[in-house]
Amino acid sequence: MSKNNFSLSLIIPFVKYSCVFFIAQLLAVDNNKPSSVAIPDDRAWKTLAEDGLHDPTNPALKELQNPGEALSILSEDFKGVGNQVDWVRAMNKKLITPRSQIDKDAPLPTSNLDIILPDTGEMAMVRFPHKAHTDWLDCSNCHPRPFKAEYNSNPINMFAILAGGYCGQCHGAVAFPLTECRRCHSVSRKDFKGQPGPQPEPAKIYLPAKKQKVQ
Amino acid sequence: MKLNQLPFTFSIMFLTYLLSASNLYGEYADVVINRYSDAADVRPVIYPHWFHRIRFRCKVCHSELGFKMRAGANDIKMQNIIDGQFCGMCHNGEIAWSAEHCDRCHSGKPGLKSGIKGGDATGGPSEW
Repeated sequence: MSKNNFSLSLIIPFVKYSCVFFIAQLLAVDNNKPSSVAIPDDRAWKTLAEDGLHDPTNPALKELQNPGEALSILSEDFKGVGNQVDWVRAMNKKLITPRSQIDKDAPLPTSNLDIILPDTGEMAMVRFPHKAHTDWLDCSNCHPRPFKAEYNSNPINMFAILAGGYCGQCHGAVAFPLTECRRCHSVSRKDFKGQPGPQPEPAKIYLPAKKQKVQ
Repeated sequence: MKLNQLPFTFSIMFLTYLLSASNLYGEYADVVINRYSDAADVRPVIYPHWFHRIRFRCKVCHSELGFKMRAGANDIKMQNIIDGQFCGMCHNGEIAWSAEHCDRCHSGKPGLKSGIKGGDATGGPSEW
């Protein structure tokens, strides 16, 4: 990689996220109110042969499933957001029943604990729902690394996340992308009456992605 | 259009431009594995997360099977798979089809760079 390309590859993500944060702050809204306008399903997926990664001359391509065939029938997320599928909802609605062990589907230890993280600068506070995460993951995937299992003991920050640390290990790679600021930064400092940190039950119930207010 | 909306509009246009350029190919979270493939004269492997998470929770591979959660952190050789490690835990002809179907996994364009595709970009409206 030439020197010029290398410095560009460092600068471009920085410029991108500077813009994202700048606009995010301009547009801060309450997204807990449902949107009254139904957004049509305008999602589309490329076939394997035309996705730019797969070799179209590979005879085995026709033996593989195309993303659109599998994903179009699952719970909708916005066009262009990750796989365009709300994976947590798809599993809760039993549209998919992924196994929790290699050869069987045994119950997993789950947690209902919501944690509100207040150290978010001018952005809204973060509500972290254990439920959505333990539906998919084992405790050991996150504890004790990258997160110590104790409130206020992790110096989580967006720079580390954007560089692939903490939440950024999955969000931005396989879980919904980091440009969906308000999905995590969802608790208005002004309106929140309780104490930050671990929250009493019940955990928050989220509206479907496309029914949350966008702007 | 009101004058005070102009900076906002331009920011959105600029942002859309930046984001649209970065997610040109692959399905979100596809992993290209090309540590040894090119050198061995086979196509690189494309691992589709979307296909596998329909059937298995993350924890099956990332806890039970021991795949590290970082593209490039798992040194997977074909011999490991044949010996029943990594992909070979399932792709053994019992849980999933066996490793003799080379082209189903080794399906990428030659010369692809290893790493996770889809990355940090989104073309969606987000929820500001």
